[in-house]
Amino acid sequence: MQSRTLRYVGKRLLQGLLTIVAIAGINFLLLNALPGDVVDVLAGEADVADIAYLEELRARFGLDQPLHQQLLSYLGNLAQADLGYSFRYNEPVLDLVLGRLPATLLLMVSAIILAAFFGIVLGVTAARFANRLPDTLISVLSLLAYATPVFWIGLMLIVAFSIKLTWLPSGGFSTVGANLSGLSYVADVARHMILPTVTLALFYMALYTRIIRASMLEVLQLDFVRAARARGMTRRGVAYAHALPNAILPMITMVGIQVGHILGAAVLVETVFSWPGMGRLAVEAVFQRDFNTLLGVLLLSSVLVILTNLIVDLVYARLDPRIELG
Amino acid sequence: MLASIPASNSVEPTRSGFWRRFARNRAAVIGLVLVLIVVAMALLAPYLSANGPWDMVQRPYLWPGDAPGFLLGTDTLGRDLFSGLLYGARVSLLIGLVATATAVLIGTAVGAVAGYFGGWTDTILMRLTEIIQTMPPMILAIVIVAVFTPTVTTVMLAIATISWPAIARLVRGETLRLRNTEFVQSCLALGMNDGRIILTQILPNCLAPVVVTASVMVSSAILIEAGLAFLGLSDPDMMSWGLMIATGREALRTAWYIVTIPGLAILFTVLGLNLLGDGLNDALNPRLKER
Repeated sequence: MQSRTLRYVGKRLLQGLLTIVAIAGINFLLLNALPGDVVDVLAGEADVADIAYLEELRARFGLDQPLHQQLLSYLGNLAQADLGYSFRYNEPVLDLVLGRLPATLLLMVSAIILAAFFGIVLGVTAARFANRLPDTLISVLSLLAYATPVFWIGLMLIVAFSIKLTWLPSGGFSTVGANLSGLSYVADVARHMILPTVTLALFYMALYTRIIRASMLEVLQLDFVRAARARGMTRRGVAYAHALPNAILPMITMVGIQVGHILGAAVLVETVFSWPGMGRLAVEAVFQRDFNTLLGVLLLSSVLVILTNLIVDLVYARLDPRIELG
Repeated sequence: MLASIPASNSVEPTRSGFWRRFARNRAAVIGLVLVLIVVAMALLAPYLSANGPWDMVQRPYLWPGDAPGFLLGTDTLGRDLFSGLLYGARVSLLIGLVATATAVLIGTAVGAVAGYFGGWTDTILMRLTEIIQTMPPMILAIVIVAVFTPTVTTVMLAIATISWPAIARLVRGETLRLRNTEFVQSCLALGMNDGRIILTQILPNCLAPVVVTASVMVSSAILIEAGLAFLGLSDPDMMSWGLMIATGREALRTAWYIVTIPGLAILFTVLGLNLLGDGLNDALNPRLKER
């Protein structure tokens, strides 16, 4: 059993690696679709017109080589974990992106947990009171949350909680210049996290609510639920202890399918709240025409998607022993 | 029009059956009304407002109701917000519809070919869809628009690029199922060629699920367009709701109505399309009763 799991993980990682190579190829093509090359951009900014110098620079970056040669050396560099250099930040792209990864992960994971928790509570409640008032209210709320642009709800929350009520900071990772340490630093970051996390979570909360409601309605029809009721369990007890564990799998699948989607939404949330994550780095890179960095974000976020999908599938197989990895 | 599409199997919903089921669904009718309002705004924009969306017509920072003739007030540069709302509806609908239509076209072609021919064709095409689906859609869209400079066309193409794989998978699944049905097998036995079988037998039977998926796709395309515009990645010659939010953002502290109004427009448009999509789903798949 163990070795089978290991073999499965190995196979998936290999597939993932191939996908990453293909994405790197696409990245390379996109870089080449840009009008002009890095040297042109640099020359334009530094106002250099010395053609001999520009040619020398091209030779140094390998830009005078034929395209397939360039692709090979691009992939070769990638194999050595070299994603290129950001001339804007004067830092290797890999270090730059990895440096921003923890903030994004923190935001994403807390948003998913929040969304899953409330999605479950609301979904179970809606299913228990199907077609009655609580169900209607929850359905209307989730329809609205499902249709709201994530960046806009973020701005509205800033208006309400930062500007009008002044309860929470409107952006940033921690209070600038506060020099906090230990627990007070954690508390400060937590305060800064509340609005971005809620903003990112709302859409997914609505989605999970809908999924949980539907699968709960299905499970609540089954005989074992009636049997549990007959043994004298309360309705709520049956719903949470017996039905929910059987109804939760579709939501977990959804989390796996949507990691990429959440990462994309995080770009917008990070921009709204000046959250120093990968997404904001991507947006900054767009405006500084720093394409090495932009494509580095695309590549590493794809790696993140592949790894998360693998983890979700493993968790899934653990939760449901009927599912065989293979 | 949609009603004439044959259902995926057995019971063929008649025209009146479709409308009856649709009209009985209150949420779907509300969705239809919302969508029709947005369509009317887009079509009648020049007749409903005397000002262009870019014209600086009044004092900046007029709150809604502050000045007669400027129903929703003016933005940071004194531009008429109502006019921006009308012209923004054009951009949202145009990009949402064209991007979705392109995605449906590509996705249907890829899915049908992959599912019908199987083998290597299938493997290669499905690997391609997988590769695209691995990249976070919003980030891929940002990259495409940034690389090819933001215009209406590149935004549409970017959204189509990230959207077609979902359709391709759907159509492939349907095609795989239909390929083994008796009516397709008998067409094969009668010597009908593959192209004709795909076009006359397979695709018409995929239409219902594709229509339902596409209606939801329009709303997500509109959300992505708004997000891109909010990030500054929109056609500089087109007034869009996302752009209005981005410009209003600098005045969030004092004039939050500038951000609120276009956001509500996006919200109601997307809500309308989602309700409409749910309604279509129930009406086109009468046996999948709403749970």
